[in-house]
Amino acid sequence: MATRKKAAVPPPPPPPPRTLFEKIWDSHVVHRQDDGTCVIYIDRHLVHEVTSPQAFEGLRMAHRPVRRPEATIALADHNTPTTDLSQGIPDEESRIQVETLEKNVAEFGVPYFGLQDPRRGIVHVTGPEQGFTLPGTTIVCGDSHTSTHGAFGALAFGIGTSEVEHVLATQTLIQKPAKNMRVAVEGNLPLGVTPKDVILAIIAKLGTAGGTGYVIEYAGRVIRDMTMEGRMTVCNMSIEAGARAGLIAPDETTFQYLFGRPNAPKGGAWDLALGQWRRLPSDKGAHFDTHIELNGSDIPPMVTWGTSPQDALPITDVVPDPANAPDEARREAWTRSLAYMGLTPGTKLVDVPIDRVFIGSCTNGRIEDLRAAAEIVKGHKVASTVSAMVVPGSGLVKAEAEKEGLDKIFLEAGFEWRIQGCSMCLAMNADRLEPGQRCASTSNRNFEGRQGRGGRTHLLSPAMAAAAAIRGTLADVRDFQ
Amino acid sequence: MEKFTTLRGVAAPMPMVNIDTDMIIPKNFLKTIKRTGLKDGLFNELRWTADGQKKDFVLDQPAYQNAKIIVAGPNFGCGSSREHAPWALLDFGIRCVISESFADIFYNNCFKNGILPIKVPKEIIDKLMDDASRGSNAVIEVDLEKQEIKGPDGGTVHFDIDPFRKHCLLNGLDDIGLTMEKKPEIDDFEARQKESQPWLYAAE
Ligand code: SF4
Repeated sequence: MATRKKAAVPPPPPPPPRTLFEKIWDSHVVHRQDDGTCVIYIDRHLVHEVTSPQAFEGLRMAHRPVRRPEATIALADHNTPTTDLSQGIPDEESRIQVETLEKNVAEFGVPYFGLQDPRRGIVHVTGPEQGFTLPGTTIVCGDSHTSTHGAFGALAFGIGTSEVEHVLATQTLIQKPAKNMRVAVEGNLPLGVTPKDVILAIIAKLGTAGGTGYVIEYAGRVIRDMTMEGRMTVCNMSIEAGARAGLIAPDETTFQYLFGRPNAPKGGAWDLALGQWRRLPSDKGAHFDTHIELNGSDIPPMVTWGTSPQDALPITDVVPDPANAPDEARREAWTRSLAYMGLTPGTKLVDVPIDRVFIGSCTNGRIEDLRAAAEIVKGHKVASTVSAMVVPGSGLVKAEAEKEGLDKIFLEAGFEWRIQGCSMCLAMNADRLEPGQRCASTSNRNFEGRQGRGGRTHLLSPAMAAAAAIRGTLADVRDFQ
Repeated sequence: MEKFTTLRGVAAPMPMVNIDTDMIIPKNFLKTIKRTGLKDGLFNELRWTADGQKKDFVLDQPAYQNAKIIVAGPNFGCGSSREHAPWALLDFGIRCVISESFADIFYNNCFKNGILPIKVPKEIIDKLMDDASRGSNAVIEVDLEKQEIKGPDGGTVHFDIDPFRKHCLLNGLDDIGLTMEKKPEIDDFEARQKESQPWLYAAE
């Protein structure tokens, strides 16, 4: 046997390339079981009035404190009135829920933005605005649209109330890693096409369960060119494709947005943070289980016709015929949707009359959304058959819009200008559709009854909602540009 | 949390696809600050007309009033994260949902409440849906330990489930208690993170 030469110790192999998701995941594992189940650390937790009362009650019964109150922000958004806050909350059940939150945050020492605090807004608008949402962090909230915060390169997902309690008590969650999907949108968006149209087109392609079990990383030129507001709109609706989280690699746009925000790092810590954040984007050669590609230039302004967010079509299209459905299950679903929506196959979408317009929600209630809508509205009037309202996503968005005079544009056109909150996105407060009413809405769900029992929802972008308000039917925003 | 070992009961067929959590429990029932008492909210808008008339929804038909199992179309529980959905199912007496696929958050929420969500392939769902349509004579048995579903005609099918989740459900374990045992590891993690990312602790 030949004598073995004493070789120099070989250099360690380079670490395998990782996705953005894998980097965040790996850096948050507290404990890993043999079967892959992990205890992962949660950096940030947003709490609202609807999904938290039972969690605090659970802590109280087990005599457990909140482990890190300062890693949490609580506020009320789902139930709050949008017309007048000076009288408190008239609806008794809503009031009890908000009062319960106030009692709980006081007892457990959790930071709270009160009803009159201008920072109060929809959780997914307030978190980013405060710089509470930061790249590379893990963020949860008892709300499925927590995926919004992924726009910053944060791993953010919705959880149930038992998990809210788990996070409050331990600042961790028990999880298994998700699969990686990359959705690339290349090219350029045509005039009149917005981030909302992009995400509706993606969901139409993936289907409402296409993202189940995945974290979606959005990439490509169209995404890179988007502002933070636009990226949030895209990540927000990841859950409508079944994905628990959406992610976008942080870049200069992200850093510029964050710089100087109240909870963002300051001074030397900012430079230290930047150094770490720049290492977050997926490595070259990182493995994605699934790839999807869309060309931005092919995406037209979109609108939904049915009762699932995947039922989205170009505004130039017609109401589909169940006879042409791809399979039996779809045929049944389409038939049911059309009956609920009161639509006839073959009707041009631009001929569908509407009764209400809602501009707002955590999908499209940010300043840029209001600017886009105001630009279309300016110099026009809301159709006489339509009642339309704008509900800013937070008190700060409202103040900024008022500073820019957007409120005047909306009011002069005949829109109502409301106080911030979730409002008619889910109609837990007084803002809701009456049975049979049809609404052009910038929110994220068109499920049966979502905006009020019997109400019919068409999802679209803020600019498209504005166009619909003026014309009194679903409308192609490009006719207004 | 109540243990789940075996379950024997009538299964209600709900072949619709994408049954979302807004359907399972509409928003007006989310104003509660309790976990219980949500039975009447379950599938409320499918069960009652706006003026309070019963619509003869499957769970109100005599054969299914005591159903303990739902056999459902794919993507059950999609949409909102509301845990009120499993709470309402539980309050009605449903301890098991069988479907081709579930939405992630709902699936997860079931395990926190002693409800067993079972994923099986389409052929098996089709068979179980037929069985369930036979009404109260068609009793289905679920054995979590053995990971088996026994149909009314005696045939059994196997189902897969994550071993850790199975263990927790069989023993009715409380997640928070389990994680609390890892306190030293959580403390260590925080100490390291505070060093490398001090800005995440700036408010403390
Ligand atoms: S705006 Fe709508 S989707 Fe967003 S958090 Fe509020 S209710 Fe949920």
